[in-house]
Amino acid sequence: MTTTSRWRALTHHQLFWPVAVLVVLLLVNIPFTPDFFSIRMSDGHLYGSLVSIVLFGSPLILVAVGMTLVIATGGIDLSVGAVVAIAGALACSYMSGQADQNALSGVLLAMGLALLAALVCGLWNGFLVARMGIQPIIATLIIMVAGRGVAQLITDGQIITVNSEPYKLIGGGYWLTLPFSIFVVAVVVAVTVALTRRTALGLLVESVGGNAEASRLVGIRSRRIKIMVYVFCALCAGIAGLMISSNTSAADGNNAGLWIELDAILAVVIGGTSLLGGRFSIGGTVVGALVIQTLTTTIYTIGVPTQTNLVFKAVVVIVVCLLQSPKFRAKVFGTKGRGRATGPAETAAVAEAAPKMEVSR
Amino acid sequence: MAEPRPVLEMTGIVKEFPGVRALSGVDFRLFPGEIHALLGENGAGKSTLIKVLTGVHSLDGGTITLDGQSVRFASPLQAQQAGISTVYQEVNLCPNLSVAENIFIGREPTRAGRIQWKQLRRKAAELVDRLGLDIDVTAPLSSYPLAVQQLVAIVRSVGTGDSVAEGSGTKVLILDEPTSSLDRDEVLELFALMRRLKEQGVAILFVSHFLDQIYEVCDRMTVLRNGTLVGEHMVSDLDQVGLVQLMIGKALDQLEELHDHQLHSGVGEPLLQADGLGRTGGIAPFDLEIKKGEVIGLAGLLGSGRTELARLLFGADQPDSGKVTIGGKQVSMSAPNDAIAAGVAFCSENRKTEGLVPDLTVRENIILALQAARGWTRPIPVSQRDELVAKYIKALDIRPANPEARVGQLSGGNQQKVLLARWLITQPKLLILDEPTRGIDIGAKAEIQKLVVSLSEDGMSVLYIAAELEEVLRLSHTIGVLRDRRLVAQIANGPEITTSRILETIASGEHQ
Repeated sequence: MTTTSRWRALTHHQLFWPVAVLVVLLLVNIPFTPDFFSIRMSDGHLYGSLVSIVLFGSPLILVAVGMTLVIATGGIDLSVGAVVAIAGALACSYMSGQADQNALSGVLLAMGLALLAALVCGLWNGFLVARMGIQPIIATLIIMVAGRGVAQLITDGQIITVNSEPYKLIGGGYWLTLPFSIFVVAVVVAVTVALTRRTALGLLVESVGGNAEASRLVGIRSRRIKIMVYVFCALCAGIAGLMISSNTSAADGNNAGLWIELDAILAVVIGGTSLLGGRFSIGGTVVGALVIQTLTTTIYTIGVPTQTNLVFKAVVVIVVCLLQSPKFRAKVFGTKGRGRATGPAETAAVAEAAPKMEVSR
Repeated sequence: MAEPRPVLEMTGIVKEFPGVRALSGVDFRLFPGEIHALLGENGAGKSTLIKVLTGVHSLDGGTITLDGQSVRFASPLQAQQAGISTVYQEVNLCPNLSVAENIFIGREPTRAGRIQWKQLRRKAAELVDRLGLDIDVTAPLSSYPLAVQQLVAIVRSVGTGDSVAEGSGTKVLILDEPTSSLDRDEVLELFALMRRLKEQGVAILFVSHFLDQIYEVCDRMTVLRNGTLVGEHMVSDLDQVGLVQLMIGKALDQLEELHDHQLHSGVGEPLLQADGLGRTGGIAPFDLEIKKGEVIGLAGLLGSGRTELARLLFGADQPDSGKVTIGGKQVSMSAPNDAIAAGVAFCSENRKTEGLVPDLTVRENIILALQAARGWTRPIPVSQRDELVAKYIKALDIRPANPEARVGQLSGGNQQKVLLARWLITQPKLLILDEPTRGIDIGAKAEIQKLVVSLSEDGMSVLYIAAELEEVLRLSHTIGVLRDRRLVAQIANGPEITTSRILETIASGEHQ
């Protein structure tokens, strides 16, 4: 009796299905790559598929964490991919103009410039959404489109390469045997959780997303909150942009962070945050981002032909979304239809949004 | 008496939710050609019974027989196809479409995939006509007031089924609180329609909190309490006092106590002063003074500007003339924050859309106003927060007394109490209550009214808006009368003031 009730409590936990999918995806790799789970030490660095999933997934986790808060307020931010490109372009073009690219002060200044640009982008988005009352999808579309142009202007349409040891650390370096970017992600996630759950910010964000008019009438300064989350989201994207350009030691205004906004939205949704706003889960988003990165890795390891890998990805995403829908589970597995309290609207949004986003790629 | 064989019979109905037994062994029967009231306090199981019947919820025990055949519906659509239609409190139609389109939405007459517009309009006109309504079916739904929209919703639901043309597909019509936002004339029109449907043999299940209406239109009633059947009676066999006792399961002391209560006279110095405050299209400029510890009741018809006045005093809408002074200081009233900072609290009449955040817990909803005032950087310390929440859950008797319950799952009366707790926790100087007792049961109603009395005795000022004049009269020191979006009179309450005096003022717009 207790075991069944414990099992039920487990399966009804918010993170159960995302984690289950992640585990299954990881296991799928074993027949194709028998040493998939093995981690070996060489040159004082840890290597292995698991490490690289986290390493390559780092920018996505960052962007998705920022996106979570925006989505929780009932908004969406399509501009993160462009912000990734702008941040990388600014940092690299500044450094490439320096005589000594390895000077720490120059690198820090370059990073500061990039994050400042991200902050401005976030303020602009927040201004349009909160002050001008423009729908978030339209407001952020502006930078999504124009931002890539700005990034290309900064790089002069070229791919700028840099050769800087300190800069290489953020996205490609190692510290305490692990990729440095893992630490960056850990810090950002910890800061986000502290910022939202140790203060009242999380509650107010959920309130604004859950019922905007009621929040206004209760005296919440929802404009301020909205501007804050867009700025925060852009900053996360900015850090991701530094990471990506650092990893390749190059800034590509055209392709850096291309379509990352869609993967980020998907990660948020897989993590159990409703696109309608309200309740959000940072932990869920991290798992969601890892699911997507694992999927990308899996596609390569099991050798899906490159022409069809987007279709394959879409199929997996549909399965994930169906598994998360209590309605679907009740129908297929015949479990009693007492799904979690999440409304059907939420799961419907999940099921609809996800496949569409993938197909559009 | 109706025929001996019921069209609908439910026996031993059991419905459980995690941790709660919402219905335990309820029997219910419905005869053709009768109007049957389903009564009970909030949380007694009325809505659950209806939802189990119409397939919204699954059944955990018992049987449902429709027309002698055992049935069990998996969805509201199935129930509708079997002849059970439901019209809810909120009108679920498309205001931008025409009346005719709304009546036939989803089942338009078609030929070769094309909608037969002429036929659709003709059929709609016939249907409306046969039910004795005077509605132009080609006009957009939004051009009619809410009451007519509700009638259209009923027309739509009785016109369901294969026999749309005859309009006889519906055997059972469920009306869930259809009258809560209608005024008197509109209610009468609704009743006329209900009686016509009854003559055509439709069995009507009627849920309302207005006991007078039950006695006016119903033939029989079933009373529930705490998920169990308390009794089934002919309306003519049970008087109102007896009914209320059945519903709340105890004698009427609570209510009578309130009837006898004397308005306290401890009204103090002026608290709020509005001079020429007004908003075009909302309410004409008015002057109003509210004293410390005073209860001001607003009386007037629906749409007379009661809510608009209250919203201006809270900064929910921006005034375009006049000024407000609170405690001697002028307040800008450009946003609710200004009013809140000055000690004004506002419980909107629309609990769901303007009050609660349904996804959040009871605890989170209760602390929301206080937290908003403190700003996001200063969360209320956990121990203090839990203590405050527990205190107010207890003081207002919020059920279930679980701070982690999602507020969307509470009954209407308890949701209202959560909103009250949210504002009381901020210790406001002026509490604005817009229809706080609408759609909640009689027990909770009495509790809220008692609360208003005790708050004002403690020195809090209250602006009280209610559709029921008796309620306003019972509680208020001063009664503000509104008519056509104008504050036409302010009457000091006293023994000589009666509801008919107030009604005269509303009707004539003058007060002698």
